[in-house]
Amino acid sequence: MLTVAEVERIAWLARLALSESEKARYASQLSAILDYAAQLAELDVEDIPPTASVLAVHSVMREGDEIVAGLPRADALRNAPDTDGVSFVVQATFDDE
Amino acid sequence: MEYEVVIGMETHVELDTHSKMFCACSARFFGAEPNVNVCPVCLGMPGALPVINRRAVEFAMMVGLALNCQIARHTFWERKSYWYPDLPKGYQISQYQRPLAYDGWLDVDVRDLSTGNWSEESVRRRIRIRRAHLEEDTGKLTHVGDKSYVDYNRSGVPLLEIVTEPDIRSADEAYAYLSALQQLVRYLGVSTGDMEKGAMRCEPNMSLRPKGSAGFGVKVEIKNLNSLRAVRDAIAYEIRRQTALLERGEAVQQVTMGWDESRGVTVVQREKESAHDYRYFPEPDLPPLEIDDAWLEDVRRRVPELALARQDRYRRDFGLSAYDAVQLTSDRAIADWFEQVIAAAPAGDLRARAKAAANWIQTEVFRLMKANAIPNAEIASIKPQPQQLAELIGLVEQQVINLNTARQVFEEMFATGAAPRAIVEAKGLAQVSDVDALRQVVAEVIAAHPSQVQQYRSGQEKVFGFLVGQVMKATKGKGNAQVINRLLREALKP
Repeated sequence: MLTVAEVERIAWLARLALSESEKARYASQLSAILDYAAQLAELDVEDIPPTASVLAVHSVMREGDEIVAGLPRADALRNAPDTDGVSFVVQATFDDE
Repeated sequence: MEYEVVIGMETHVELDTHSKMFCACSARFFGAEPNVNVCPVCLGMPGALPVINRRAVEFAMMVGLALNCQIARHTFWERKSYWYPDLPKGYQISQYQRPLAYDGWLDVDVRDLSTGNWSEESVRRRIRIRRAHLEEDTGKLTHVGDKSYVDYNRSGVPLLEIVTEPDIRSADEAYAYLSALQQLVRYLGVSTGDMEKGAMRCEPNMSLRPKGSAGFGVKVEIKNLNSLRAVRDAIAYEIRRQTALLERGEAVQQVTMGWDESRGVTVVQREKESAHDYRYFPEPDLPPLEIDDAWLEDVRRRVPELALARQDRYRRDFGLSAYDAVQLTSDRAIADWFEQVIAAAPAGDLRARAKAAANWIQTEVFRLMKANAIPNAEIASIKPQPQQLAELIGLVEQQVINLNTARQVFEEMFATGAAPRAIVEAKGLAQVSDVDALRQVVAEVIAAHPSQVQQYRSGQEKVFGFLVGQVMKATKGKGNAQVINRLLREALKP
């Protein structure tokens, strides 16, 4: 069972604010998910190379390096939390953690 | 105690593709209005799917090959998660477990530049390359007051991170490594390598240890280095700072320092390096990348001979000085042009022709290009063709014209693009080598200057130059200097 501290750490990494009752609820739900995934640890995978992708295709690429116009700036900024019409504006952040 | 510095270098090189790494937006961010080259992919909008830009992968492969790296035949992409407003998805698509290139090396010639003078002597050092992997650049933040303004034009521009082993042992070596790397990406044509504009950014990490010991000291990272000179100065400063600390018996703290260019000092930027938890995991939105033999060989053929190899060849085959070799290979376009001059030269003394071509390029060609504001990289655009310079050199060698006349002819070639022989004929510039005609002129000059002749005969050798000048003047500068010298000496014998 995950501790409340572990749930708080995970919530912080996801930038989610959780209430005390949510923390307790997610502790049991996340634990169940992790326990389910942990069943894989019972298997012997010693000789199996790690799987980075389950897709049947590989090396799909854009050829020609051609430029295609993206979004008009007004559209790009439409979902911005705040904007001066030119840039996305956010609370100043000076350190990365 | 004597200390030794151990430096490893992390360098980010912006690849000069037209479009971005995972979308088709323009990758030209420098000088553009904010947020004009953006789309749902590079803005990290939900549901937008990235697609790999083939050219970016090929550019990265070229750098890997030029750095003598192994190229991963099976690689994949991973998400590096961290939270910062310049990273719209909340993660950067990068490579972690399987870098595209790994286990290589770059040889560099390290020169002592402390005197400010050129040194023919150098020490060749091999800097091992641990890895080079592809990723995407972030947006740009501008902090004003308590707000940050975010421009995502740079978000998603292809970026190659190149990491060395801790093989660098001095500020001069760091400088030599970085300038060699800059020259390498320019030779390959995969990046501008412009540090001032952020197209190449480097973060050295360094530590001091007692000379001769094997362990590593406390590691300090340096950031905010915007030029090659800043890299050398900042490392030299940090060596002095850390040596002073150790000599006082104090410990070096594990910190990130920032270089303050205006004051010429490093200042603490971040006190403690917390171990980041980037939670790398394979990028589910991108299929893995397989590089087969045919593709690898195709890319390998696009890697040209690099500067250091050319320098060695010029010195060995042409007998050029280190200085000439370095100058001529400073830019790939110059080196290619120089080699075309050599290739066009008729059979003969290869070394003499190479030396002549080297001299011409470094004097007249560079002088006229500079006067006409033509950058070295654009030498192919000047009017004289390399074959024509070879022809001009041939005319001097065959004594059809002398060197002074050749300089006039070259100016004409530079202005009009006319062939040297045509200019010589049209302007009647061929030098006079006719012995009888010159003997006549010599006799006239001797008759006209009895007192100088007297001085020469009484041992004043310097008067000889004056008399040569008079003969040359009488031939309007076209006299064959060697013939004139011989005839004058004969005529002046008492």
